Amino acid sequence: MSTAATTRDSNYLNVTKGALSWLLTLDHKRIGILYLVSILSSFFLGGMMAMLIRTELLTPGDTIMTADQYNQVFTLHGAIMIFLFIIPGIPAALGNFVLPLMLGAKDVAFPRLNLLSWWLWITGAFIAVASILINAVDTGWTFYTPYSTTTGTSVTLIVTGVFILGFSSILTGLNFIVTIHKLRPKGMTWFKMPLLLWGLYSTAIIQVLATPVLGITLLLLAMERIMGIGIFDAALGGDPVLFQHFFWFYSHPAVYIMILPAMGVISELISVFSRKHIFGYKFIAFSSIAIAVFSFLVWGHHMFTSGQSELVNMIFSALTFSVSIPSAIKVFNWLATMYKGRIQLDTPMLYALSFLFLFTIGGLTGLFLATLATDIHLHDTYFIVAHFHYVMFGGTVIAFLGGLHYWWPKMTGKMYNEKLGRIACLILFVGFNVTFFTQFVMGSRGMPRRYFHYQEEFTSLNQLSSLGSYIMAVAFFMIAGYLLHSLAKGRKAPANPWGANSLEWHTTSPPPFDNFDGREMQGVDPYDYTGWKYDESIEGYVPVGGGDGSRDSR
Amino acid sequence: MTDSHGSEGHPAHLQHHFDNDRQQFSASKLGMWLFLATEILLFAGLFVAYAVYRSNHPEIFIYASQFLDTTLGGINTMVLLLSSFTMAWGVRAAQLGQKKLLVSLLAITLLGGFGFLGIKYVEYEAKWKHGLLWGVNFNPASHDDHGEDAGHAAVEAEEVAPAPVVTEAVTPEGLKFEPTVVPPSATGPAGTVEPDDGVDHDTGVQPENVQIFFGIYFLMTGLHGIHVLVGMSLIFWILLKSMGGAYGPKYFTPVDLVGLYWHLVDLIWIFLFPLLYLIH
Repeated sequence: MSTAATTRDSNYLNVTKGALSWLLTLDHKRIGILYLVSILSSFFLGGMMAMLIRTELLTPGDTIMTADQYNQVFTLHGAIMIFLFIIPGIPAALGNFVLPLMLGAKDVAFPRLNLLSWWLWITGAFIAVASILINAVDTGWTFYTPYSTTTGTSVTLIVTGVFILGFSSILTGLNFIVTIHKLRPKGMTWFKMPLLLWGLYSTAIIQVLATPVLGITLLLLAMERIMGIGIFDAALGGDPVLFQHFFWFYSHPAVYIMILPAMGVISELISVFSRKHIFGYKFIAFSSIAIAVFSFLVWGHHMFTSGQSELVNMIFSALTFSVSIPSAIKVFNWLATMYKGRIQLDTPMLYALSFLFLFTIGGLTGLFLATLATDIHLHDTYFIVAHFHYVMFGGTVIAFLGGLHYWWPKMTGKMYNEKLGRIACLILFVGFNVTFFTQFVMGSRGMPRRYFHYQEEFTSLNQLSSLGSYIMAVAFFMIAGYLLHSLAKGRKAPANPWGANSLEWHTTSPPPFDNFDGREMQGVDPYDYTGWKYDESIEGYVPVGGGDGSRDSR
Repeated sequence: MTDSHGSEGHPAHLQHHFDNDRQQFSASKLGMWLFLATEILLFAGLFVAYAVYRSNHPEIFIYASQFLDTTLGGINTMVLLLSSFTMAWGVRAAQLGQKKLLVSLLAITLLGGFGFLGIKYVEYEAKWKHGLLWGVNFNPASHDDHGEDAGHAAVEAEEVAPAPVVTEAVTPEGLKFEPTVVPPSATGPAGTVEPDDGVDHDTGVQPENVQIFFGIYFLMTGLHGIHVLVGMSLIFWILLKSMGGAYGPKYFTPVDLVGLYWHLVDLIWIFLFPLLYLIH
């Protein structure tokens, strides 16, 4: 097709050179890499904020900062991690790279929108970070009125940034939906898609349908601050609680924007590293859609103590409980997939197993909070903080890391140090539990979240939690170290190091510019591993019948 | 920068990752429909705010709505409907390759957009003059001087605001106030409300917090107005392109998609008009 495809050494990384060939690229793989670098930078920034928080909480009262600075730091930790890292994390970085490859397509449906999405992300991130430098927001990442309409910090600016980030997220979602609808190859019916695509598809539905509501909410908040429109101002006849409804109408579904693609990644990892066909394909696929639908109906569980009527509370509570059904369906199907499988404990699989433990704890503690009576006790305590970190970090970030290790050879063409990978994963697992399990204990004993000062009796628990966070930091520096090292000195990756069968493994690592050297790809059963056998000489898998890594190349 | 996304053997408008025109067209159309869904949800927030405040304070809406000019609103509705018609006809003209017809239809559509915004300006100006604004800027009392030059004001403003003098104790006939179901904010817990703002609460006719209606009115029509502007820019862009003969039976996607957008903008107004202007 193109000249780039004729030589083996030409791939998407080296086909063109220069900064502009990256910054203005329309190639989904390069945009995925741009996103990856961007969100990892945000993750680093947000992580630094987390370190500051945990260090401050080593002792009650002033440790390294003032109470006002503390308010700003935890707000920025939340806002950066949510809007800059975890929402775009798996879809925009890993998804952008993998989705068209899994479809055997040359690109996403709208490459220019894809690039625009990244530039909007950069613009939004720049504005958000600028607001930090000018006068960092101290409202918490939720920007609750009336405080957010009266505080002197730069709420308007960061809200503008988040508004633009929302556009970026919408464009990614829109692109993915159209791509999955229109660019599937011959033979790939909906139920022959890899499950990651179901995860990304249901995520995209939420991105497209929920994010505009965040947009209008933030617009109203900005108008309130700039023009005194009065819609959230009780003195002018407005209703501050309406802001909470609007905000959570987006931000609860946003929780599923974070977790659904993570579940998709886990579905891939569990099956590949158990060397066994995924169990209950349709159940996993439909449970993603079910979670996406439920996600729009449970926002009120963030507001049990905000003065909603008892009836409304009960309805939201019941609906929240029902979310656990599709979530549990997934977990049981993953367990059934592993049952009698030939489980290989490579680094990605270790992350997948961590996910199963941590997400289950995170999910089940969610039921405590969905229960009206216990929520009154646990509301706004560290129990909440621990719960959503188990879901967001233990779920999404762990799955993101699993996916990153899984697709790293495909993205970079290099293998990382497997032994260090496993050790870092274990350190992270330990550090995470030390940090956040402790917070369950603190929370159930009544330590409120977001407090700068705390009672003496919580000191040792807080210090234990901080110790855990330092352990996690060690693990992250290890991961960063060996991944960067692999770029320079890593062993060359084979086309299929894990013996997976979804279409991205049917092309070289890294893939050529047009993904498949102009081959017409056909849908295959992504969870049928019988066509691949391990080859010692390349330390990777090769097709049983020979060939160039694709059983359907004729 | 050889990151080119057009390749040999393809028509210029067909991007390299699509197999054929039909696939590209249906992808673009699906993308546009999804985008329109996001637009609807953007406005949905405002419609929900409208529903909440109207069901909580029906008397505010019934009282304040009479200050809107139904005639001008009605004319604007007709203008937008007409421009939607010429837009739809324009798509047809593009499909049939009738270049001249397409250009003139797009021009008429664009003109409709200007007409709409012009009339909207007249309406906004009248509200501005009478202090019928949002939140903190709601200040009809500042126009006490109506008493002195009532005749002059009447000549000027009669057309645009049939009932501009809000300080007068006039109850329009047939207007029944239903009791508000939510207590006024002034009774809220101490510390959550600011001191009384001095708006006359004792006229016995004007309900409290009328500014809520005008806040919602300006938000909804303002956001809609911005969308009209965006639509007009898009129409202007395809107008220029169509003068160069860019569209024909083989490729008319942009005309079709801009048309869809324009219809959505029209449709939102079709909801705004009765909800804001035609309340009794």
